[in-house]
Amino acid sequence: MQGVAGVAACSTFLSSRMRAATPPAKAYTPRFFDGAEWDFLLAACDRLIPADENGPGALALDVPRFLDMQMDTPYAHGAQWFMDGPFVQGPDNLGYQLPYDPRTLYRRGIAGMNAHAATRHGRPFASLAPSVQDELLQAAEKGTLAFGDIPSRVFFDQLLANVMEGAFSDPVHGGNTRLGGWVMLGFPGARADFMDWVDRYGAHYPLGSISISGETA
Amino acid sequence: MSADARRLRPVDVVIVGGGWAGSIMAKEMTEAGRSVVMLERGADRSTAADGAYPASLDELEANFRYRLFQDLSKNTVTIRNNSQQTALPYRRMSAFLPGEGVGGAGLHWSGVHFRMPPDDLRLRSRVIEKYGRRFIPEGMNLQDYGVTYEELEPFFDKAEKVFGTSGEAYMVDGKVVGNGNVFSPSRSDTFPLPALKDVYTAHLFRKAAAEVGFHPYSLPAANASRQYVNPYGVQMGPCNFCGYCSGYACYMYSKASPNVNILPVLRRHPLFELRPRCHVLRVEKDADGRRATGVTYIDAQGQVFTQPAELVILTAFQFHNVRLMLLSGIGRPYDPVHNEGVVGRNFVYQNVTTSTVWLDPKVETNQYIGAGGGGVAFDDFNSENFDHGPLGFVGGSPVWVNQAGVRAIAAANAGGPPGTPRWGSAWKAGMIDTYRHSLRIDAHGANMAYRDVYLDLDPTWKDAYGQPLLRMTFDWKDNDIRMNRYVVDRIGDVAKAMGARRTHLVRREFGVPFDTRQYQTTHLGGGAVMGEDPQTSALNRYLQSWDVHNVFVIGANAFPQGTGYNPTGMVAALAYWAAHHIRTTYLAQPGPLAG
Ligand SMILES: Cc1cc2nc3c(=O)[nH]c(=O)nc-3n(C[C@H](O)[C@H](O)[C@H](O)COP(=O)(O)OP(=O)(O)OC[C@H]3O[C@@H](n4cnc5c(N)ncnc54)[C@H](O)[C@@H]3O)c2cc1C
Ligand code: SF4
Repeated sequence: MQGVAGVAACSTFLSSRMRAATPPAKAYTPRFFDGAEWDFLLAACDRLIPADENGPGALALDVPRFLDMQMDTPYAHGAQWFMDGPFVQGPDNLGYQLPYDPRTLYRRGIAGMNAHAATRHGRPFASLAPSVQDELLQAAEKGTLAFGDIPSRVFFDQLLANVMEGAFSDPVHGGNTRLGGWVMLGFPGARADFMDWVDRYGAHYPLGSISISGETA
Repeated sequence: MSADARRLRPVDVVIVGGGWAGSIMAKEMTEAGRSVVMLERGADRSTAADGAYPASLDELEANFRYRLFQDLSKNTVTIRNNSQQTALPYRRMSAFLPGEGVGGAGLHWSGVHFRMPPDDLRLRSRVIEKYGRRFIPEGMNLQDYGVTYEELEPFFDKAEKVFGTSGEAYMVDGKVVGNGNVFSPSRSDTFPLPALKDVYTAHLFRKAAAEVGFHPYSLPAANASRQYVNPYGVQMGPCNFCGYCSGYACYMYSKASPNVNILPVLRRHPLFELRPRCHVLRVEKDADGRRATGVTYIDAQGQVFTQPAELVILTAFQFHNVRLMLLSGIGRPYDPVHNEGVVGRNFVYQNVTTSTVWLDPKVETNQYIGAGGGGVAFDDFNSENFDHGPLGFVGGSPVWVNQAGVRAIAAANAGGPPGTPRWGSAWKAGMIDTYRHSLRIDAHGANMAYRDVYLDLDPTWKDAYGQPLLRMTFDWKDNDIRMNRYVVDRIGDVAKAMGARRTHLVRREFGVPFDTRQYQTTHLGGGAVMGEDPQTSALNRYLQSWDVHNVFVIGANAFPQGTGYNPTGMVAALAYWAAHHIRTTYLAQPGPLAG
């Protein structure tokens, strides 16, 4: 019943959204993360997605801003996870079993990384050389560190997953600035209409990326 | 709790769950002139609101914050690999993604729409006929459905017409009519819509598979290839391969959903009432436990009600149906030690692995283009289409390119070829190359049922309403691993014919337990299966409880074992099949339909 009318209505909706403002850039003051945590995130993000010949890095894409903005969502408060006890640890393949929401994982994980950096190298993570930072991140990824009862791998996977989200989600969430993540990938974003392209086999898709806000690259 | 529950005005039929199965049953029961109340624990949903363009095209919200999926914070399951382990809660969405809200998972599924192969419906008999009884491995509970393809054909046909399914038929009324799947059985009619166009990767796969000697065909897709009006008078628009399909409500009104294809008509029907945000706690029974009297539910304000009804239809999704039966004492719970009892027995899943093929760097595979149900498959190693004798395993696997649209976060997480780090410059280079120049091929295999793989109630963890969580005891078994490995090797042959620059074949590995952290599919099955023997099935062949005759249970829970295909075409056909027998026989004379 609503089908065709619904489709026709879309284009008007899009054109009004196209004029929406792009999210504010730079000079972002974090609301959740404190100074030391923010320094860690800036440094870690730069190692996880470095700027190079293939495209922008996590800093140019404002991934730290994305992370801070996410901390204000129900997700970061664990609202979408089953958080009832008892919390019993088991084999890794049975999944996450800690009583911590993402906010707590960040707080404790970052403190743990900085404490480890201080013990091993006498300085917080952000002040270490990039190669040393990489070693620490690799150790965390392998799970050879532990931050209290949080295995470093759990913290690392949380961080990496959210960093990827920040670099490649729609810019309305605060990352992927100027759609740089999408341009680097060749992902057209919210184009979402390939009616006349689906069988142009092998041809390069000509339209650039677009955000659901209407922002284009 | 029932003692304090407010008793509501009785209705003819109460339906638990507002997905495909529930919507079909509600439509059929109102057509039969019965008053229907549909209780759905989640929010009311519509394509206009939940598929609004362009705001709904948000990968983060849809696929990583699970906007349209089950609220795990209230209710989840526990999982373990074997009965010696302590099952632990499934705390974060990962391996499977149950739906919630009006439309169920049908609002945001992908749309691959199959009929069950005739041999799969009588797999036990077929295997014994072909290979002898001793071919069935020890511990495998192989069974027949108790219903044949010929009996179900009119209902497969009806479901395809309601869904507006696109596809190419092979045989109609015994005559070859087109280029469809040569292994598929004869049909009473062609698909309502022609097949979707092939995306580039599917086109390349089709050519290569044919070159190797396999028999490629277009996946039947409940994504409309053209504008369509279904038998209920509801319109669908043409799919534009937007690539935001799986996990999204289709903004083009092209993907079949209860919300687009059935509910617009149902909502206007005077005999129909939908109550969203009403979570059913249990089915109530009369004093001797042989008849259901209605259901008890809790609403969003925390008020508890009892809704009396003559007929109770559970359509809460596969494992929620099983849990409601266990919580309500309908049917005998399964005891894996003695292999007795039926509710929880034969719990199965989908045995899928995905391989990646890299093409020449000059070839752009445009993975962001795609429709959820679109693609090209071959069935040469599915069902009983090949000789299992020398291979020594039961079951099979279709193979396909089903490029439903790969979006940016998914691409970043998929990363590069094996050996590439997950971050840093090497990851970036490998990931970009992979996204731009590769394609994915699935071996979408069947998972057989085993004596020690089952569902029961967890002794420790409870949901938000204080009821025990369902416990899954599940692991992969050698038979299924061997099947997967055999079929994945055939993918290697196709990759070669495609001129692969590099191929990463992913096989299931022996001794690696089921991992709840990795997405598999949401094609869970069994646990309250249909059949002709009350010792081995919870439901008779009409999906009616053997024990409580006015309870019907519709969903993939009825599958006695897994199948290579996606489940929903079969679930919809079973709903129409059960509804037909309720309408033609049961309503006139309520009682057991088989026995
Ligand atoms: C991402 C994704 C893609 C998929 N793609 C395909 C595909 O391409 N092809 C295919 O065949 N299948 C596919 N599926 C599977 C398909 O979605 C399901 O088979 C189908 O939706 C099942 O329909 P159902 O009516 O049995 O259950 P559901 O759609 O799950 O509906 C059940 C409803 O019951 C409600 N409910 C549960 N418990 C209660 C309770 N106690 N009280 C009240 N309400 C309750 C739930 O909230 C839900 O809305 C996919 C699934 C997912 C998640
Ligand atoms: S791919 Fe087609 S069916 Fe799927 S959401 Fe997009 S337009 Fe709808």
